[in-house]
Amino acid sequence: MPAVSKTATLSPAAAVPVPGASAEIVAFRPPVRPALERAGEIVRHLAGVILPPLIVIALSLFVWQLLCSEPGARLPPPTKVVADAWDFIVDPFYDNGGIDKGAFWQISKSLGRVAIGFSFAAVVGIALGVLIGQSTWAMRGLDPIFQVLRTVPPLAWLPLSLAGFRHADPSALFVIFITSIWPIIINTSVGVRNIPQDYRNVAAVIRLSWWEVFWKITLPASVPYIFTGLRIGVGLSWLAIVAAEMLIGGVGIGFFIWDAWNSSRISDIIVALVYIGIVGFLLDKLIALIGHFVSHGVAAQ
Amino acid sequence: MTQPYLKFEQIGMRFRRRQVSTEVLRDIDLTIAKGEFVSLIGHSGCGKSTLLNILGGLLQSTTGEVFLEGKVVDTPGPDRAIVFQNHSLLPWLTVYGNVAIAVDKVFGSTKSRTERHGWVMHNLELVQMAQAKDKRPHEISGGMKQRVGIARALAMQPKVLLMDEPFGALDALTRAHLQDSVMEIHARLGNTVMMITHDVDEAVLLSDRVVMMTNGPSATIGEVLAIDLPRPRRRLELATDAEYARCRAAILGFLYARHRVPARAAA
Repeated sequence: MPAVSKTATLSPAAAVPVPGASAEIVAFRPPVRPALERAGEIVRHLAGVILPPLIVIALSLFVWQLLCSEPGARLPPPTKVVADAWDFIVDPFYDNGGIDKGAFWQISKSLGRVAIGFSFAAVVGIALGVLIGQSTWAMRGLDPIFQVLRTVPPLAWLPLSLAGFRHADPSALFVIFITSIWPIIINTSVGVRNIPQDYRNVAAVIRLSWWEVFWKITLPASVPYIFTGLRIGVGLSWLAIVAAEMLIGGVGIGFFIWDAWNSSRISDIIVALVYIGIVGFLLDKLIALIGHFVSHGVAAQ
Repeated sequence: MTQPYLKFEQIGMRFRRRQVSTEVLRDIDLTIAKGEFVSLIGHSGCGKSTLLNILGGLLQSTTGEVFLEGKVVDTPGPDRAIVFQNHSLLPWLTVYGNVAIAVDKVFGSTKSRTERHGWVMHNLELVQMAQAKDKRPHEISGGMKQRVGIARALAMQPKVLLMDEPFGALDALTRAHLQDSVMEIHARLGNTVMMITHDVDEAVLLSDRVVMMTNGPSATIGEVLAIDLPRPRRRLELATDAEYARCRAAILGFLYARHRVPARAAA
């Protein structure tokens, strides 16, 4: 094809039986078309991914607006939410002292608590999970207790932990810890129990010691399971922190909601809910991403 | 040499599940000389893998003993490295790491770090996988995985190399390619090899002797056929070789005329 178009541009009338003008267009079209097609493909792909949620969100907002626009509606429509909470939305960094702080500070305080409580849960949970996964006796002894305790709701732990720690902050941390540890324990133990016999055989043939088996086989082999537990755990810990903060007070997105309720700032509550949802979603994605890298792409995203 | 290199003596194996006890193997007597390539062939469920695992030390025989250079075998160890049927590479390690984990453990106290690195690379080169050393198992083909599995086993410098249907999961072309590699490595290193196979051609092509097992339960050695084909063997020339055809016919006759699988015969 290039040969043809070259002759076409050199002597259009002689080589190809088409007018010179159209020959020029023919020569130019090939480089242009793939770029356009590629752009079109990308746009189509993006549209396929982004459009459906956008449409659903727009529809929901529309229905919400319709339902809450009547006079005497108990909840504000979206337009009113944005108008009421405008300061809170546009400036997440304000700090008026006390607990009157912007969304960024509220969320970071809560995230800080989650980071501490969840880290403890991860360390203890993985250790216990490995123990239960490796020892039939530990499993028989502990599993029933775990199965019962894991169904206790986060807030039910709060009075007990307040009684134990006598301070709000450690109690909140404990609630996060105790809420998020169960899925970590259970998934880790399943992962350890499901290590293929082949890997154990390999370890036996090269005569790895107990410690080497743990470090080089057990732990890496159960990484995908561990991260499944961590993902569920981080979601639960985020649920727990909001609930716990409502009761213990102070700075934090949980108490922000309670405070807003007490001063009838319904719009702020709705904005805070959106933030909580987005942060929870990002936490989940973060753990999944870490898992993806740690397991070298073996763990599912 | 008064004592045989590798000796199975009156091996019997029973598995007990709840109250039911099944005899899988009985009266296995076999001696294997150093450098010999022996194949075990038989129908599924005849206890070939059980026998190999007893030699590997992964299973304890109910009766009898296995002796390797006069010593009783009762635990797994690198002197009886195994090439597993499904390669058994650790997915979180690279090709290099999968060989290195064995080399570092087996030669950790006898070789320096650079020597161990050189030894890993040497074995990867032996199976032509040096160029893929940084890939992970899920990034390479089934045949390549099995090559790495062979490199890992060879790198332990085993007294006996155990291969449990090493090419069973591969397509015919890849299998032929790997068989050639194994023959070449065996010619070069002179390993003693015990291999399980389902494939009659593979058994004849690779082995010095083929051990044919009767059907289970209570399987035992039915016949042992010596393959007196000169090495190096080339599959193209063997295709028309009379001795090759005779060996092949003998094994086929054993497997399909005298020891057909009862269930399949009934069905």
